Amino acid sequence: MSDLGITRPRGQALPKPPFYKRFFGSVPVSVVIYAIIVGLIAYGAYTGAQGMGYNWQWYRVPQFLYRNTEVGFEWGEIPIGLVATVKLSVTAFLLATAIGLLVALLRLSGLVIGSAVAVGFLELIRNIPLLVLLYLFYYVLGPIFGFDRYTASILTLAVFHSALISEILRAGINAIPAGQWEAAKSIGMSPYQTYRYIILPQSVRFMLPPMTGEVVHLIKSSAIVSVIAVAELTTFGRNIISDTYMSFEIWFTIALVYLVVTLILSIGVSHLEKKYAVDQ
Amino acid sequence: MTQADPMIEVTNLDKFYGTFQALKNIDLTVHQGEKVVICGPSGSGKSTLIRCFNGLEWHNSGRLVIDGIEVYEGASDIRELRQEVGMVFQQFNLFPHLTVLENLMIGPMKVRKVPKAQAEETARNYLDRVHIPEQADKYPAQLSGGQQQRVAIARSLCMETRIMLFDEPTSALDPEMINEVLDVMVELAETGMTMVVVTHEMGFARKVADTMVFMEAGQIVEISPPEQFFTNPSSERCRLFLDQILAH
Repeated sequence: MSDLGITRPRGQALPKPPFYKRFFGSVPVSVVIYAIIVGLIAYGAYTGAQGMGYNWQWYRVPQFLYRNTEVGFEWGEIPIGLVATVKLSVTAFLLATAIGLLVALLRLSGLVIGSAVAVGFLELIRNIPLLVLLYLFYYVLGPIFGFDRYTASILTLAVFHSALISEILRAGINAIPAGQWEAAKSIGMSPYQTYRYIILPQSVRFMLPPMTGEVVHLIKSSAIVSVIAVAELTTFGRNIISDTYMSFEIWFTIALVYLVVTLILSIGVSHLEKKYAVDQ
Repeated sequence: MTQADPMIEVTNLDKFYGTFQALKNIDLTVHQGEKVVICGPSGSGKSTLIRCFNGLEWHNSGRLVIDGIEVYEGASDIRELRQEVGMVFQQFNLFPHLTVLENLMIGPMKVRKVPKAQAEETARNYLDRVHIPEQADKYPAQLSGGQQQRVAIARSLCMETRIMLFDEPTSALDPEMINEVLDVMVELAETGMTMVVVTHEMGFARKVADTMVFMEAGQIVEISPPEQFFTNPSSERCRLFLDQILAH
């Protein structure tokens, strides 16, 4: 056995990769290149702003995050807008998941009518731009059915994302082997019981990664409802700018807030995924 | 056997997949407590036939009556029937997200609305019967193939089934695990369960079968008691098949 205990490579050394590959492939060089590129972009933005005589006023930004007044501590517009965005997104996501599940089940039902309705819905929604859909809900369906701008924006986001979510759910359900259906049937389960206890619990781990992407997508696309002046993060940003003219500082801040929220979400879910992976 | 009630009555049954006829004019009666072993070359329709018995496939014409319930596509009492008729699959088809115990309890609890404590007692009882009480809290993926198949048998039995169907229960198993599953099936046969088994395990068939069925190309070619089936089959095709699978 000791003959097999190879501790170092034997024989002639393999040729090394060419010098330029080793040079550009090394970590320090990559870091330097990265720093140069980022630096150039930042410098370009800065000199551009200087060139147009932009007056940076970062010191005025914190008051929109929080304020200490005589009556005590109070949150600024940006956190309040963030909470509104999260509320809007969560409501829209729950509704989108419900509609998406319904559409996915219709499509999988095997009924000709069911899948025709589902496919029709999907094609309709996927081929209308989100902004146009928002206008349809707010300017056309809103007055007809008598709902306000907040409801219109929730419905728009929910309907738009339900199309994408239904495809995620369908793929997750289809990923479960047919044998699971047969086993559930053979012990007398109804289709509802089969979905509820056998299929969906197993689909979750297939659905989790793309669903996270979809939530992030939804939070980002919720910014579009600022065009109909629904109170949320982006709308508050616009309002602040129209009061202060600090467009650079505020848009950077707003972008950073979205980035932080979606990053926290992605990291949280990747932990969740690991948990599900272990359970299987 | 002639005095017992018929549990499965198949008359003139035909089954098509598109234009392909998978089952042709099947006639078969299985009485209560009878053990029927079906064999035949692959593609002969054995699995399709027993899958018709619990409504996993639907026949296109003819009659199929199981335990007094007429089986046809859209029959409203098909779910009641499936509770009476257990099925053991080649690929086990255990629920991988549930523990062994939960696999056994979910049917009784959700379908038969049995209280949890009672379902657990039944489940542990049947796990004893298939000789793996110590595996109750493991997940299916942690068990060997033979153990998984025994759990699958117990899962069906937990529904208090009156008929058990076996669709090549040992074909996906490593050779050293086949006997532990067959032993459980022999013990089950001794309890008087009505069983229809699709298998090529001829040793098991000799030991257990009351009736042997040989199928080819969607038809039943031979139905006979095992003594006659193994020593003097009436059809040439059946003799040839037996020679092939018993050759070594």
